[in-house]
Amino acid sequence: MKKAISVTVNGVVHHQDVEPRLLLVHLLRDVLNLTGTHIGCETSICGACTVIIDGQAVKSCTILAVQADGASVTTIEGLGTEANLHPVQEGFWEHHGLQCGYCTPGMIMAGAQLLDRISSPTADQIRHGLEGNLCRCTGYQNIVEAIQYAASKAK
Amino acid sequence: MAEKYVGQRVKRTEDPRLIQGLGHYVDDIKLADMLHVAFLRSMYAHARITSIDTSEALHAPGVVAVYTGQDVSSKIGQVPCGAALPDLKVPDHRVLATDKVYFVGHPIAAVVATDRYAARDAIDLIIVDYEELPAVIDVEGAASNSTVIHEHFGDNIAYKLTAGEGDIEAALASADHVVKQRLVHQRLAPIAMEPRGVLARYLPGEKELTLWSSTQIPHLMRTQVAIMLGIPENKLRVIAPEVGGGFGSKLNVYAEEALLGWIAMQLARPVKWIETRRENIQATIHGRGQVGYIEIGCKNDGTITGLRYNVFADMGAYHQLLTPAIPTLTGLMLSGCYKIPAIQMNTTAVFTNKMATDAYRGAGRPEATHVIERAMDMVAAKLKMDPVEVRRRNFPTPEEFPFKTATGLFYDSGNYVGALDKALEMADYSKLRKDQAAARKDGKIIGVGVSTYVEICAIGPSAATPAGGWESATVRVEPTGKVTVLTGASPHGQGQETSFAQIAADALGVDLNDIAVVHGDTAIVQYGIGTFGSRATAVGGTALVLALEELTKKATRFAAHLLEAEPESLQFEDGKFSTDGKSVSIQEVALAAHLARNIPADMDPGLSATRFFEPKNFTFPFGTHIVVSEIDRDTGDVKLTKYVAVDDCGKVINPMLVEGQIHGGIVQSIGQALYEELVYDDQGQLVTGTLMDYAVPKAAMIPWLELDRTETPSPVNPLGVKGVGEAGTIGATPAIVNSIVDALSPFGITHLDMPLRPELLWKIVNNAG
Ligand code: FES
Ligand code: FES
Repeated sequence: MKKAISVTVNGVVHHQDVEPRLLLVHLLRDVLNLTGTHIGCETSICGACTVIIDGQAVKSCTILAVQADGASVTTIEGLGTEANLHPVQEGFWEHHGLQCGYCTPGMIMAGAQLLDRISSPTADQIRHGLEGNLCRCTGYQNIVEAIQYAASKAK
Repeated sequence: MAEKYVGQRVKRTEDPRLIQGLGHYVDDIKLADMLHVAFLRSMYAHARITSIDTSEALHAPGVVAVYTGQDVSSKIGQVPCGAALPDLKVPDHRVLATDKVYFVGHPIAAVVATDRYAARDAIDLIIVDYEELPAVIDVEGAASNSTVIHEHFGDNIAYKLTAGEGDIEAALASADHVVKQRLVHQRLAPIAMEPRGVLARYLPGEKELTLWSSTQIPHLMRTQVAIMLGIPENKLRVIAPEVGGGFGSKLNVYAEEALLGWIAMQLARPVKWIETRRENIQATIHGRGQVGYIEIGCKNDGTITGLRYNVFADMGAYHQLLTPAIPTLTGLMLSGCYKIPAIQMNTTAVFTNKMATDAYRGAGRPEATHVIERAMDMVAAKLKMDPVEVRRRNFPTPEEFPFKTATGLFYDSGNYVGALDKALEMADYSKLRKDQAAARKDGKIIGVGVSTYVEICAIGPSAATPAGGWESATVRVEPTGKVTVLTGASPHGQGQETSFAQIAADALGVDLNDIAVVHGDTAIVQYGIGTFGSRATAVGGTALVLALEELTKKATRFAAHLLEAEPESLQFEDGKFSTDGKSVSIQEVALAAHLARNIPADMDPGLSATRFFEPKNFTFPFGTHIVVSEIDRDTGDVKLTKYVAVDDCGKVINPMLVEGQIHGGIVQSIGQALYEELVYDDQGQLVTGTLMDYAVPKAAMIPWLELDRTETPSPVNPLGVKGVGEAGTIGATPAIVNSIVDALSPFGITHLDMPLRPELLWKIVNNAG
């Protein structure tokens, strides 16, 4: 039994008939072809699937597409463009905040949302703010620096 | 060649796509008409399969096919093991279980359906009757366990091996003290953030199979899968697209890779399988898994006389690609950075009802380093000497290189004292010791740990590797002057698209952005070995240097012809060949070479060169890590309050990338030292089967890492590089454990096995047994 929903993703309104059990992350990736949002676990731990829903960082593997009905979702594809990168994206590039890049979209979304809450976070606040995001490559240090760079840049 | 890029902190060229979420990992690739595969996996560690009923699953909505071991075992060859050792027992390893299952997660059946949800639903409809058997779990007891996993072998011993040189009995007998210790290297899960995944497409007319796989070794995989499927290797194309981390877990050939290819051929439709994290922890290779006994002899002045390590190595139920070879790497590196006249390692490798172990970042060397670095600390404690002093007394001097060890290696170059002194200075070691003494008086539990490590990289000479240790590179200057580099290495986060472009840009005097580094596609790139063993830059980068030299020679001859001059009279600088006020750019040369209207009669058109590099030796990076830890009396929590690392990986192409490798490696070490452990219970159930209970370190668990380098070039390759991919995971673990054992020495602690979880430490400091 499919259910009609309408979700705004990166500013575009999508009307879709979805199975009630379809996860938001699968709607984004498999239906809307926005594959920048990644899946790294099925237990809401890794944060690779983090997107911003109505201003909140949300793990898109933990909510159903139908729960996003009427919501506005921003994914990594909607954050910045190559010519006009979001400061957090720029920070990741400048400070080598990524290696394999798999955790990166989720990290960047979590980092961007963190800066929305705290405009000049300390290193400690950044580390705690990223508690929901795992990276196996970078050891996090350059990610902390990337977000600090973005914070100073945004001023 | 002017060095404009090499040695600089050049921002990565791979990043723009990745920070925008525009890279393509396997699961991001979609083909028309694509089907999805899900696996039914064993929930028992050891059981006989008495029956499998797939009829209900076959009729479930969306299901296209269901395959069991019966269907495929005679059609698809064995999952390969590339390691060769005397008297090695190699079990029959089919892509799906047939009569028995051997570990939790063992694949039993594959369901193919129109979408992922349907495939997973249908898995639950397959009915398997099992007759449960006792599980062999304990590594030390496996050899004598009356339950035999592979019955026809008669016991659970995969092989026994004695290695090392020198008279170990005499060496230990001549010691003033012999320190003994049992030591456990717990099983770990590599946890690349991107799980494995395969997409397979077969074109029946062309008879061409393409596999997109999240792999570190596309070429080796192509060879092996072609053999498994019995298809011509030149009709199989393997593509490693964007790969989301490997750490050795994708340096393998897996059952699923061949099976997906086979299914695509049966159905003539594309099929995709994306591993879930639960499957990843159950059935992607594990790392470590050794229980060993150390005996180390020393003189009263701290000189080491000999080292014996008797070890039980956990193979798991089957061999994967390199499973049996991993403990042999431990044996090679047991000498650490010390002069030890006699070393012996006695390995008993055993089968257990668990997933296979294999090359997880460091692959056998972290075990060796942990053994020798813990042993050096135990010697220091026994002699009441400073651990730094004991190490110093046993170092070879820089003049003693190449340095021969009693494990049969020749270390290429090193300055161990140099790295140690730099780290001591950065950490202000003598002050740390004073602060520690003062803090102890205040009731604080503080420890300082040191490890001075050496590791083996740039794997390696072909004679010492199972499938070739060389690497290849092709450089082409296209008619428009853009440069294409094809490398047989297969980076998956290391950043060689950038570092190789740096090397090529400097050599050819072209802009970095005019270079494309292509890798990971067997239809495009000449045969290569892949990225593992910290080899890509030292071996693959060297092949690139050789190819660039050859290409420059060719270009010089074309240029001389165009300028009507002798090749020897030409200067090549900043991408221009010049003589006598005349000049021609490399781009112009490339166009002329392709148009071929005016080229020397004895030269072929086009401008490209392919070279292979066969290293004569491994390289041996080294360094010193110093850690300060503090244990919370009330919670047993450890805080690492200082972390200093001085690493020497020879010459450096891009310091930023090197630091990134070290950061990541150290943090994986912190994971091993403090948090991570794959726990199987007595029945062989994997208790830590998700990221909820397998504790990968998070940002807030990690201290600030203070890094520096010393630079001792390697004589093994013209770049002078050594490799750095695994250094952090090798050097860091013992430094952390040493610091915590040091912190707890007032409590009578001389050794602790990892992971050093709060519960363990709390019990010690609160005397709760
Ligand atoms: S995939 Fe959503 S948290 Fe891991
Ligand atoms: S960059 Fe690879 S997991 Fe973070």
